[in-house]
Amino acid sequence: MIVIDDLEKDFGVPSGPNPVLRGISLTIEKGEVFGIIGRSGAGKSTLVRCINLLERPTRGRITVAGRDLSGLAGPALRAARHDIGMVFQHFNLLSSRTVQGNVSLPLELVDMPRGERLRRVDEMLDLVGLTDKRDAYPAQLSGGQKQRVGIARALASRPSVLLCDEATSALDPETTKSILALLAEINRTLNLTIVLITHEMQVVREIADRVAVLDQGLVVEQGRVFDVFTQPTHPVTRSLVREVLNLELPERVRSRLRHSPQTSPGLVMRITFTGPSANEPIVSEIVRRFGVSFNILHGHIDYIQNAPYGTLTVEAGGSEAGLQAALDFLRVKSLKVEILGRVAAPDRAVA
Amino acid sequence: MSQRLIELLLEALWETLAMVGVSAVLAALIGVPLGILLLVTQPGHILARPTFNRVVGTLVNATRSTPFIILMVAIIPLTRALVGTSIGTAAATVPLVIAAAPFIARLVEASLREVDPGLIEAAQAMGASPLQIVTKVLVPEALPGIAAGLTITVVSLIGYSAMAGAVGGGGLGDLGIRYGYQRFQGEVMVAVVVVLIVLVQLIQSLGDAAARRLNKRDRSQANG
Repeated sequence: MIVIDDLEKDFGVPSGPNPVLRGISLTIEKGEVFGIIGRSGAGKSTLVRCINLLERPTRGRITVAGRDLSGLAGPALRAARHDIGMVFQHFNLLSSRTVQGNVSLPLELVDMPRGERLRRVDEMLDLVGLTDKRDAYPAQLSGGQKQRVGIARALASRPSVLLCDEATSALDPETTKSILALLAEINRTLNLTIVLITHEMQVVREIADRVAVLDQGLVVEQGRVFDVFTQPTHPVTRSLVREVLNLELPERVRSRLRHSPQTSPGLVMRITFTGPSANEPIVSEIVRRFGVSFNILHGHIDYIQNAPYGTLTVEAGGSEAGLQAALDFLRVKSLKVEILGRVAAPDRAVA
Repeated sequence: MSQRLIELLLEALWETLAMVGVSAVLAALIGVPLGILLLVTQPGHILARPTFNRVVGTLVNATRSTPFIILMVAIIPLTRALVGTSIGTAAATVPLVIAAAPFIARLVEASLREVDPGLIEAAQAMGASPLQIVTKVLVPEALPGIAAGLTITVVSLIGYSAMAGAVGGGGLGDLGIRYGYQRFQGEVMVAVVVVLIVLVQLIQSLGDAAARRLNKRDRSQANG
């Protein structure tokens, strides 16, 4: 478990203070994947570097597995760091060492006997699927393979925490997926706590259990990934979510919405399905029961941690009474319904 | 070419090799650690000692700005104290070492500075001590650059060693001056220069090969 208590970091220069973290408190449970997301300059890298004291906090406390790190220095700090693995955006592998040599490095630092060390290295390379690259130099590896070496190296000392500082940001989408799958697997099999820094909501959606959104050195929102995704409250979160969940209406529909009188027969609404309701045949039921016609303008279903999350923008036509009954029915089913406006004539072209 | 000339050349070549070899090894033994210290004691580095860094840096610069011929004469008392005499091949190694060590130190410092700071950070995150960072990260990663720096130093030392003839140091330069210049035997001068050219070429090629072999950064050469 990691407890961050009222953490402040000020890169103050003689000309004045320059606060980067302004009072951050977070609790990260053992065995969970915790995402920290924010735009560049939000302070997320500084935050993760404070966890292993690569940056020394100006104020506040960091506790990892019950041990207060903030006061440590010298050998005590180095010993504590053996329990915290770290993976970097640019891998930071030694070019002069082979894959085996790189993974072996953290074990050499604690003078592990050679036989045991080599066994451990083999075990780690097997874990990340790079056994056949044991004698290759980093220059001969692809980005994804380099990051696998980085992960093997970080895990070699059997840490209880793994810090990932933009670990997939230098990788293409395909490789990112495979690295995230590897991290998720490690999290499951080793019950390892993973703290993941990223600017990509996609990464958080893929593997995080909980997420904290960082903006200008403050945590502006945090919670379970599904909740933050489906009910973002802070503007920064909303804009981050928008990037991965495409909720924008097509321009063609938007322009018709603007130009139509409020009394037009077509009612345009957005229905949001979350959790179990996403699996029910609600639309067809409404059509059957209330004689309302649906013209689907825009739709989207996403899976966040295997829970479906869908939005459907429809143009509903029918009698006023029928429409009203349909709206009531949706609300009874506790679906979120937003009325976006009315349009003049149903656009059959998209049906 | 007379038998006598060949004997003279061989003897001088041997003296040069001995002088340069011994001073290069001693200078490296002093210069490499000095270069490491110059880097790691800088403000913000792993063993930041700003005052120490400034003092050592100034000393290094002072030694490097003194012309070799002046340095050689200026330290005669020290030479005498160390080797018992101020004349001869052994005596010449003292000023050679003192001139070359700071030179090596600056070259080593520059090579170490080229090591990606991310690697130092990664090592710190793993819990490496400053000494471990030096021996396991900085030096191995900078080794190609250090090898290139030592090659440059050895070639420069060959040039300096010619001047050591002024204190009776012997060697190829001395031979060229005494026979070629002072006794007007042009062929000796030519022979000396040819031997020096071959020697320098050889050392440079060896040094380049070593640096290439140590460099694993280039994909095409990583198997070397």
